[in-house]
Amino acid sequence: MPVPLRRPKVWIALVCLLPLMRLIFLGIGGGLGANPIEFITHSTGTWTLVGLLVTLSVTPLRQLTGRADLIRYRRMLGLFTFFYACLHFVTYIWLDQFFDPAAIAKDIVKRPFITVGFTAFLLLIPLAVTSTHAMMRRLGRRWQQLHRLIYLIALLGVIHYLWLVKKDLTEPLIYGAVLTLLLVVRLPWGVTLMKMGRSRFVPASAGGRQGGERSAGRAQ
Amino acid sequence: MLIRQPDDILPSEITPPEIYRERRLFMQGMGALAAGAALGAAPEADAGTRLADVRASAIKLDEKRTPYKDVTTYNNFYEFGTGKGDPAENAGSLKTRPWSVAVEGEVRNPRIYDIDTLLKLAPLEERVYRMRCVEGWSMVIPWVGFPLREIIRRAEPTGNAKYVEFVTLNDPRQMPGQRSRVLDWPYVEGLRLDEAMHPLTLLAVGLYGEVLPNQNGAPIRLVVPWKYGFKSAKSIVKIRFVEKPPLTAWMVAAPKEYGFYSNVNPQVDHPRWSQAKERRIGEFFKRDTLMFNGYGAQVAQLYRGMDLQKFF
Repeated sequence: MPVPLRRPKVWIALVCLLPLMRLIFLGIGGGLGANPIEFITHSTGTWTLVGLLVTLSVTPLRQLTGRADLIRYRRMLGLFTFFYACLHFVTYIWLDQFFDPAAIAKDIVKRPFITVGFTAFLLLIPLAVTSTHAMMRRLGRRWQQLHRLIYLIALLGVIHYLWLVKKDLTEPLIYGAVLTLLLVVRLPWGVTLMKMGRSRFVPASAGGRQGGERSAGRAQ
Repeated sequence: MLIRQPDDILPSEITPPEIYRERRLFMQGMGALAAGAALGAAPEADAGTRLADVRASAIKLDEKRTPYKDVTTYNNFYEFGTGKGDPAENAGSLKTRPWSVAVEGEVRNPRIYDIDTLLKLAPLEERVYRMRCVEGWSMVIPWVGFPLREIIRRAEPTGNAKYVEFVTLNDPRQMPGQRSRVLDWPYVEGLRLDEAMHPLTLLAVGLYGEVLPNQNGAPIRLVVPWKYGFKSAKSIVKIRFVEKPPLTAWMVAAPKEYGFYSNVNPQVDHPRWSQAKERRIGEFFKRDTLMFNGYGAQVAQLYRGMDLQKFF
């Protein structure tokens, strides 16, 4: 196998690009249905939400599996989430509203679901900007405080979805339930539970080797 | 009732007689074919079967028709699921024969119509109407049907009949979407009697000259072109004349968002989104939504003196 293909990051990046590839292929093949703009808007929005939840599941997964090295993939997942959020936003500004500033401004102020979605998008920007190693070092402890915004952003994302559907709340509520779970396991007793789960299901030696000393560091 | 000739129909929109006659000949030919097929006991009720003897209506529209494929694969019919592709995917389980429609309530002649009797009740005509969904998209659809007033006239409403209620089939075995409690089944819609009597109000049995596909509300549905699409009840089994305004399915589901009238009105926004513009399926740029969906000349007088912000 060529060297790049041995790196998990390359594989993760390729998987993260699949939703975009799918849209492009469907677009070329005329498979976006009767209302392509709506299809693209919903698709990019859905994958932004999925990205948020996947990014938020890195920390619980580390605790559950004891694999502290999973942290190495979190930045990329977060940046892909931001990428899909940008696509979602551009779809709205360009394809849906066609750069009509008056209509967009009115929408943002008057439509609660747009207000909430737009706020979530704005809050993502500083997180993306400060995602570099240099920024992490510069901000120190404040970096983590800033990046806790992700909890609020994910919550706004779910509300954005919940408020836009006409009647069937099933899907937004599924996202809401997963988000609730991901937030609850971050509470102190949630963390304890996850660690207990690990000692139950993962052989002690494996858990100790991977998790032990490294998770005691700043990555926690 | 005085029926004013709508003033927005240009002479150019009326089919030239030679083409009209040619079309009739073609239809008669197709009709003969269909009759032949019927002798062989082939079901005439299936979607895609050409409807015989469809008259071209004077009510036309100089706008590009939405392709058949889009009309039949992108629509709302919650009885088959809440996604817009769901009806086309799941409506195969609906059986449109045998089918009957009960006409009852405040009428002198209540009656249960067999669908095949109903199809011959009045001459079928093609009506090309705009269809504006409350969600902000629109289509141009050539329906085939006859004015609802043909049934109302025969039913002879009593003085107590002020409103008409339409009820959709309620059978979760045929309509899988009804297994979910997303709406209070059966689907109920309603019109004021004068709205129901209006010549534009259509009972549709076909689309593009063919038998209505299940996903579009077969075997018989309402089409009220100046109101949001959900007012046009599909797969109707009951037409009931009543004194009080019927409580419609969407009024029960979200009373602050959906009123009884639900006329297309760019000035009255949905509480959660704007109704000023719409995306015509197949077009890139949004277009302005027209008052009463462009049928103001014909229907505005029904609402004279009413505060349409209040009676939304």
